[in-house]
Amino acid sequence: MKSRFRAGDTVNVRAAYPPGHIRTPYYIRGKRGVIERICGEFANPEELAFGRDGLPKRPLYRVRFGQQHVWSDYGGAPEDTVDIEIFEHWLEPAVKEAAT
Amino acid sequence: MSEHAHGHQHDRDHARTFQRDHDDGSPLPYLQVMEIAMRELLIETGVITSDEVRRQIERMDARGHSRGARVVARAWTDPEFKARLLANGRAGCDELGITDLEALHLVVVENTEKVHNVIVCTLCSCYPKPLLGLPPAWYKSLPYRKRMVREPRAVLKEFGLELPEDVIVRIHDSTADMRYMVLPRRPEGTKGWGEEKLAAIVSRDCLIGVALPHAVKA
Repeated sequence: MKSRFRAGDTVNVRAAYPPGHIRTPYYIRGKRGVIERICGEFANPEELAFGRDGLPKRPLYRVRFGQQHVWSDYGGAPEDTVDIEIFEHWLEPAVKEAAT
Repeated sequence: MSEHAHGHQHDRDHARTFQRDHDDGSPLPYLQVMEIAMRELLIETGVITSDEVRRQIERMDARGHSRGARVVARAWTDPEFKARLLANGRAGCDELGITDLEALHLVVVENTEKVHNVIVCTLCSCYPKPLLGLPPAWYKSLPYRKRMVREPRAVLKEFGLELPEDVIVRIHDSTADMRYMVLPRRPEGTKGWGEEKLAAIVSRDCLIGVALPHAVKA
C-alpha cells in the first residue's frame, strides 16, 4: 500500500468517536500535527481486537503535535511536543484556511 | 452443608484463615478467568507443560534493563553506531548481538542539549520489554499515563528532574506498534570510561526519560 502522507506534511486527526478498540487517543482527535516519520505498515488493531486478521495492513505514522495546541491550559514551554503513532485512516490532509 | 462434603468444606475454611495476597477477595475478572482456563486446558491436553509456563515467567522476571544500557554505552562511545541506531533501533541491537527481541519495533530517541525525551503509553502500558524488562508499576499507573502527557514538567519534577525552560520536552505516546527507548546524554566526568563502566550508570529510569545518568564518583 502506498502511503498517503510524507514526513513534514501537516495533517488533522479525524474527530470521530466510533465504538471499538481504537488506538487513536481521545485527547488527540480533531488536533493538527505534522508527520514526523512513516513507521511502516501494520495490521489494523481495530480489526485484530475482534479476532480478525487486520488485513490489508495500513500505513502507520508518527505525528508530532505542539503541546500548547493539544492542551489549551498547557503550562510548559511553547516548543514542547507530543509524538503519537496514528494509522493513516485517522488522518486527513490539513486544508489551508480559506482567505477571508 | 452435608456430612460427606465435610472434607472439602474443611479445606476451604482452612484456606480462609490465611491472609489473602494482594487481591481483595472479589471474584476474578473475566479475562483472568479465561487466562486460567486456557492455561489449564493447554497443559491438560499436553500442548505446553506447567514447567514451560514457569520457566517463561522466570525468564521475563529476570529480564532487566541491562541490554538497553549496553546499547546506550555503545552509542556514547561510537558515533557511527549511534547514527545507525537512531536510524533503525532494531538494527542497532542486532549489531550488538541482541537478537532475542521478539517482534520489537524499536525507535530510539536522543536527548540533546535542547531536547529531552520521555516515554509513556496513555492507552495501556506499551513498553520495550525485550530490551528493558518488565515496566515498573508506576509506568502502568493511571496517574503517570494521564499526567505525563498533560503536565510533563510537573511530573518530571516529582521524579526529581527539573528541566530548564529552554529545553524542549518531547513526549512519545506509544499508541500502536512502535516501542521507544531514550538515549540519554553522556554525563560530564565520564571521559575515557569503557562501555561496561558507562552502562552501569544508565538506569532504567534514564531509558524511560524520567531521570538523567550521572557519573558516580569512584
